[in-house]
Amino acid sequence: MNDVAIKATNLVKKFGDFIAVDHISFEVNKGEIFGFLGPNGAGKTTTIRMLCTLSSPAEGSATVAGFDIVKQGNKVREHIGLVSEKMIMYDRLTARENLRLFGELFSIPRDALRERIDELLQLVRMEKWADHQIGTFSTGMKQRINVIRALLNEPEILFLDEPTLGLDPQSTSEIREFARGINNDDGTTIILTTHAMAEADMLCDRISIVDNGKIVALDTPANLKKVIAGTNTSVVELDVPNITPTLVSHIQSLPCTEAVTVEDGTHIKVRASGDEACGNIIDAVRSASGKIRSIHNVEPTLEDVFFYLTGHEVREQVADKVTTKEPRSRHGPRVRSRIR
Amino acid sequence: MGAKSAIRHALWIAWKDLLDISRNRMGLVMLILMPLFMMSMVGYIFPSNSGMSHVPVALANLDAAQGNTSLSTKFVTQLEALNNKTGMMDLSKVGSADDVKSNIQNGQQSAGIIIGSNFTSNLNTGKQADVTIVIDQSSPQTASIVQTVLTQVIEQMGTQTATYGLNQTYKTPLNYSLAQIAPYNVQTTGIVPGQTNYFQFVAPGIMAMVVMMSIMTGLPHAISFEREVGTLDGMLAAPVHRMSILGGKVIAQTTRGMLQGVMVLVLSIVLFGVVIQGSVALVLGLLLLSVFSLVGLGILITSFTSTEETATMIMMTLTFPMMFLSGVFFPLQQMPQFMQIISQLLPLTYAVSALRRVVVLGAGIPAISTDIIILFGFGIVLLSVALLAFERAMKR
Repeated sequence: MNDVAIKATNLVKKFGDFIAVDHISFEVNKGEIFGFLGPNGAGKTTTIRMLCTLSSPAEGSATVAGFDIVKQGNKVREHIGLVSEKMIMYDRLTARENLRLFGELFSIPRDALRERIDELLQLVRMEKWADHQIGTFSTGMKQRINVIRALLNEPEILFLDEPTLGLDPQSTSEIREFARGINNDDGTTIILTTHAMAEADMLCDRISIVDNGKIVALDTPANLKKVIAGTNTSVVELDVPNITPTLVSHIQSLPCTEAVTVEDGTHIKVRASGDEACGNIIDAVRSASGKIRSIHNVEPTLEDVFFYLTGHEVREQVADKVTTKEPRSRHGPRVRSRIR
Repeated sequence: MGAKSAIRHALWIAWKDLLDISRNRMGLVMLILMPLFMMSMVGYIFPSNSGMSHVPVALANLDAAQGNTSLSTKFVTQLEALNNKTGMMDLSKVGSADDVKSNIQNGQQSAGIIIGSNFTSNLNTGKQADVTIVIDQSSPQTASIVQTVLTQVIEQMGTQTATYGLNQTYKTPLNYSLAQIAPYNVQTTGIVPGQTNYFQFVAPGIMAMVVMMSIMTGLPHAISFEREVGTLDGMLAAPVHRMSILGGKVIAQTTRGMLQGVMVLVLSIVLFGVVIQGSVALVLGLLLLSVFSLVGLGILITSFTSTEETATMIMMTLTFPMMFLSGVFFPLQQMPQFMQIISQLLPLTYAVSALRRVVVLGAGIPAISTDIIILFGFGIVLLSVALLAFERAMKR
């Protein structure tokens, strides 16, 4: 029991007729980085909001840091830190003023708070900007302050709800490393929601794949990937020096093809099912006069696992089978529906 | 989580809000400009007897057509002499009654005086002489004032003429003659010395309104805005009592509103010559009580609206009629019965009425105790309903 940071039992949340979270149960161990992976509207944020006492469940119960989220809200709040999708900071206040305000709200004694703020600012190398108004910061700088704001009270459990959304690649990797750092050094349990597969793969000890308000799978990244092995689905990578759009569309039009990804200039990754898949793909490439330098099976990614489990892509553009590997945030503004 | 830390948290949240307000330059400018605009607009645009000057008036002397015009000429001279002293009218002479009509129609003049065609001969043959006042019905307020004032002026001139005539004919002393013709000497006196102007009437109303608006519109706006940008979650996810968040917001908005109220007070004294007859402390106390009476309504609106947009819409719908029905700009007594009944359901009505009596009439606490009790009652009832609603709304 003492090793459990969060225990959720049959949590349900409804907005009108829409069931955002549908009887979710899980346990998070202390010191773990636990990921919620799923498309927009899957119920990740709603689950987090319930665990943070921002929203009350329609049914079910949960304990966070050993306290009941409904009956002991204030106790829960003392032990958690929240980095939500929207930044929790006031633009017209300086970084230090923002941190001071939230530190006071956590009733941290004045001297201890001053030290803590300096220490955290140093940790993210923002000392120089401490007395500048947040409104003048870049998104990456803001997010660094936003993350240390959630750490002021030295929380046992840190909730990171899409922490790298909309950040540039450099800030993204900084935030990821920072999250891993606090997990390693302080043993802080981290709950991470993301729809970036690579991020979940890289950071999480265990991942729960969420779709339509339900957990469809919960395991370590490695075990999740094994789900595909031994099934009819395989992921094949071809090295083709002369990729043409015709060639890609040929592969796409094969009945066995599930998804096609052009990795870089010369590599095509195809996820396909059926015994004849490999042969069919080779034929398709040849018929489009493509040269095959090499072909080999690769380990499936979480994206492939997700598709296998849910039958659809993580992204909204399900119809679009051809995808390129780019940071997810570049795909324009996201529409978040029914999540408050 | 004792009461002490709850208050501490509330103060920190208020500090944050006020810091935010003070760094919003444009907002600060508006904070000062709004009361200034309000005051000067309503102060200057509404007509008042003492404020009327240089009203363009057309004067047609039709008597000129008949041989002897001595008395009508004398009448005009008398009128002009009187007008030179007060500067109330800009008299321009026109030829006919039709000219008067068309000049008013095309907006050149706001009123007209027509001296009847048999003016001199009627008077000389012992009949009444006709003087017609033509009013501009397109602006009823000006018309009624012009009508009242001109009637008074002309009656006064008549009395003078009659007194003089009596004195001439029967050699009675002037005083005695006056007493015969106008036996009643009517005098008007106020509770406090000096003349009251429209600013005096409107300043307390605007003060109460500005302060109450700040709590009614400022509070829902402040909370729904934070809810929308997501910062409210930060406070809600901290071990802070819900009431501290609300309390902090109320403190910040009240401070802002009181600042604006004081600004109106200072502006009306310095720029518009308003004299505070009662105690300034009582005025400030009443303003605070007004805030208290409405804070519940502000919280109630906050609880029922999830976005800033709806909050603003609801507030507009509520505040607009409130402004007009609580006697801020127009006296309640001139409204129809059912409007007066509605106005009695609005806390602002009592606040304005009490403030006005303190500012204009120098009333003390005993004189306004009923209003104080009613305002307090409104506050208690609204607040208890609102806190229940707020508690529920935060759990969504």
